This record gives sequence, structure tokens and C-alpha cells, in this order.
Amino acid sequence: MPKNSYSSSRAQSAISGSLAYIFISVVAFFSVFPFLWMIIGATNTSKDISMGKLSFGTALIDNFRSLGSVVNLGLVFRNTTIVTLVGTFCTLLVASMAGYGFEMYRSKARERTYSLMLLTMMVPFAAVMIPLFRMFAKARMLNSFAAIILPAVASIFVIFFFRQSTRTFSKELIQASRVDGLGEIQAFFLIYLPSMKSTFAAAAIIVFMSYWNNFLWPLIILQTNNKKLLTLAISSLNSSYTPDYGVIMLVIILATTPTLAIFFSMQRQFVEGMLGSVK
Amino acid sequence: MKSIRYRGEPSTNLTGWLFVGAAVLLCATFCLYPIISSFLLSFQTGRGNQIRFNGLGNIRRLFQDAVFHQALKNTFVYFIFQVPVMIVLALSIASVLNSPKLRFNGLFRTAIFLPCVTSLVAYSVLFRSMFSLEGLVNHTLLRLQFISAPIPWLLDPFWAKVLIIIALTWRWTGYNMMFYLSALQNIEPSIYEAARIDGAGPLSQFRLITIPMLKPIILFTSVMSTIGTLQLFDESMNITLGGPSNATLSISHYIYNVLFLFTPNFGYAATISYVIVFFVAILALIQFKISGEDNA
Repeated sequence: MPKNSYSSSRAQSAISGSLAYIFISVVAFFSVFPFLWMIIGATNTSKDISMGKLSFGTALIDNFRSLGSVVNLGLVFRNTTIVTLVGTFCTLLVASMAGYGFEMYRSKARERTYSLMLLTMMVPFAAVMIPLFRMFAKARMLNSFAAIILPAVASIFVIFFFRQSTRTFSKELIQASRVDGLGEIQAFFLIYLPSMKSTFAAAAIIVFMSYWNNFLWPLIILQTNNKKLLTLAISSLNSSYTPDYGVIMLVIILATTPTLAIFFSMQRQFVEGMLGSVK
Repeated sequence: MKSIRYRGEPSTNLTGWLFVGAAVLLCATFCLYPIISSFLLSFQTGRGNQIRFNGLGNIRRLFQDAVFHQALKNTFVYFIFQVPVMIVLALSIASVLNSPKLRFNGLFRTAIFLPCVTSLVAYSVLFRSMFSLEGLVNHTLLRLQFISAPIPWLLDPFWAKVLIIIALTWRWTGYNMMFYLSALQNIEPSIYEAARIDGAGPLSQFRLITIPMLKPIILFTSVMSTIGTLQLFDESMNITLGGPSNATLSISHYIYNVLFLFTPNFGYAATISYVIVFFVAILALIQFKISGEDNA
């Protein structure tokens, strides 16, 4: 091989290497920048934010005060936390038992049921929400947290996630527990649950996120201020005629912090849950 | 011939139903029943709860409804422009991050995935503030002299669509990138090495190895993104409020308006929702067919 061709390919790879760094840095910058903007924004007045001021200001305390005067923060956080925690607990319990049940106790009828349930996953929420709304109206359950949680408990996606993960679970463990005289339900809680911690963590994250960030359904169901959730509070601040951007930035930070904290403390399970796969 | 024998005597059969029972009942009540009910509703019309049978009247109305056509067109524009841009971008990022020579790639990966952590409402509101007339983006572009007058992001039908496309791309590129990255990590590095020895540059490696190897996952993410576009709501509602003059209204946003902004017409809203079901079914079928052929 001629020497100059070798060195030119070296130069070429050096150039493509630095291009790669430039490209990836630009993308990373644009991905992270809105987060910085939100933090800077929370310390500035609404006027400064709408003028594109890019440095920290001194309005943080004022923004907190005005946020407190337009939104009952304690109540909104309490409501969102109740819905999220109760919802996450119910969904994990129901979906993990179902995923486990479908995988471990196979019968023709159950396989058919499972296929039908998978098929309904294709139907978008918009098509379901109209009858759901009428159903809850008829049951006089509009404006209740139960109406927010109930339709989301049997999440087909989470059931599917648990069934897929159960494939990697060693069935000998359950057989051994039967020999030891453990009942089927006991085996689920005492053997399966502790050995699938990672799956439960990934599922918990994705379910937590879906309740914490839910918008369309609560917007339809919840009608009074005392039931307001965080996403609804943000949206109504945003659509007012004179939105106070400083206040909005602050409330976005408050709403995003829990999910960011979960992401940074459990990155691997977070991504697994989001992608719906455990390798 | 007898059907396949499944494991278990009657007692384990009962245990099986015990485990899946709650989920099946909940799904039947809050998923299966509404799907059927909504389908029946789509042949009815009327205000509020005074509903009567309307045959195909709602479908005829769809064909004459200018706002619906606008919403459909908007969705189509997002699908044509946003989905391909995002997928190409996500693929490029993934193949750069997959290079073993790249340093700090964990850091870059985390940064690029970060937008997925935000709630749709929060990031929508954030984008609305950045793209206001005198806001940060116009301010910066004017400073750098890329533009001579501020861009009316929220006021002009064209730029409002561009804004939604930018926002969606910001939020979802990292998510799709993760799928590609995990698929790339399953490709033998020796394939790339062999290509390098044969004199293939980074670009032809990308075109000749990466893309063909990732074809199934690219198809999967395209279909998922298109379904996401069809179901768009939070962004339409919070970035542009569907405006200006419905230029960014999504189909789901229009359903919401038919249900709650005007006199509620449950029947007609159900018909519109079945348009989404129709498109999703077609997409799923395409996905199913192509991935089936690949496995054969």
C-alpha cells in the first residue's frame, strides 16, 4: 500500500472524528439548553424572559410569591402525588399479576384473551375517551381521582412488559416453592416479586411518569380547582391572556424535578422502561 | 385432531384466572367496552345526551368539514416532514455515539436523552416561551444577523407548523436514538472493521451496513412515531393553542374541541376518533406485513 494513501486516510479519519465531536456537541447543547433556559427563567421577571434575557436575575423570590398567589401549590402537589402514588401502586399490582399469570398459567382461553387485549393497545385514547367520559358522567364520578386512575390501571403496555420479562424468570423457582408447600399467590409475592426487582423498578418508573404527566384525560375529567393537578395548573397558567413566564418557569421546574431525580438515580431502569424492553 | 394440550389441571386453570382476572375485568370495562361503544356512537348524532341514529351522516359530514380537513392536513405535514427528519437525526446520533473511539459518550448519551424526561405539557409551555415574538430564539437569531425581522412563530400558519416540528423533534429524537443505539450494539464490530479494511469511509459504512442492519427497528420507530403524530394533543394544545386559524390543530385536539368547546356532539367526535383508528390499523398492518416478510 502506498504510504501517502495511508496517511491521507489517517487525516480523513481525524477530520471525521472531529466532525463527529462537533456534531454530537451541537446536538447535546440543543438538547440540554431548554433546561438551562428554564432555570434561568425562573429567576427573571416575565418581561425579561419574553425579551430573551440569558442571565440569572433576582426575581426568584417574587416569582415564588406570585406563584403562591395564583396556584395553591400545596394542594396541587398533594393531588398529583395522591393520583400518581395510588395509580402506580394499583397498576403495578394488577399488571404484574396479569403478566405473570398469562405467562405461567397458559390456557387457550387466556391466550385468546391476551391477544385481544394486545389488539386494543392499537386503539388510540381519543377513540376511548368519549364513551369513558359518558360512563363516568353516568356513574356521577366526574371530578374524582378514581375516574383518573381506573381506566389506566389495566395498562396493556405494562402487562405486556411484565409478560415479556417473566420469560426470563426461572420457573424452577416456583416449582421448588410448590414443593416447599407455598401457595400460588404466596409464590408470586415471596419468590417472583423479590427476584424481579429490576423489572418492577423499570415498570414503576414508566407508570409513575404516565400518571405524573397525564394531561388530556384529567383535563376532561377534573373540573374544579380543588382537584387540580400539576399539568392542568401549568396549562392554565400558559393559556391565560397575560402569562407570567417567570411563574410558569418555576412551576415547570417543580413539575420536572421529581422525574429528573428518578432519571438520574435509576438511568438504566428508566431507559429500559421507556423502550419497553429488558435485555 | 385434538387441540394443543396446555399444562394444568382445573385447579391451576382457576389460579390462572385469579392472576389475570382483575386486569381482564378492568380492560373489558375501560377499554373493550368503550371501543365498541365509540364505534356504535360514530353512527349517531345529537347534542349532549340527546342522541339519535344518523347512519353514515357523520361520515358525509367529515367530507365537508373544513376544520377536519385542516387537522388531517396538519397531521400529514408533521408526518411527511417531522418523522423523517427525526429518524435521520436519531440514526446519525446513534451511529456517532456507537463509535468506540468517541470519548465521554455516556455523558453525550445522557444529555441527548434528557428531553424525554420532561412532561409533554412542561416542554410545550417552555417552547412557547422561547419562540414568542420577542423571545429568546428571535432575539438570538436577530443578534447573529441570521434574520432581519423577528419570525412570527406563533402567528403565522407556516412558521407555527415549523415550530411544532422543531418541538416534536427536540422531544423525541433522543428517545428514538436509544432504540437505534441498543440495536447497533448488537452488530458485530468486526463487520465494520472488515468494511474499513475494504476502504469504506464512515458515510458508506453508515449507508451499507448501519441502515440495512437496522431496517426492522427503523420501521418500528417510524410506525410508532406516525401513530404518535396521529395522537398529538398536548403540543397542539399548549404550544400554539391549535392556531393560528387552526394551522396547527391536531386531530385529537379537534376531537377535544368538538366535545368540549362547542356544543358537545359525542357521535361526531366518535366518528373523527375512528379516523385515527383507521390510520393506526393500516400502519400496524404495514408494520406486521413487512416485519413478517423479513422473518420469513
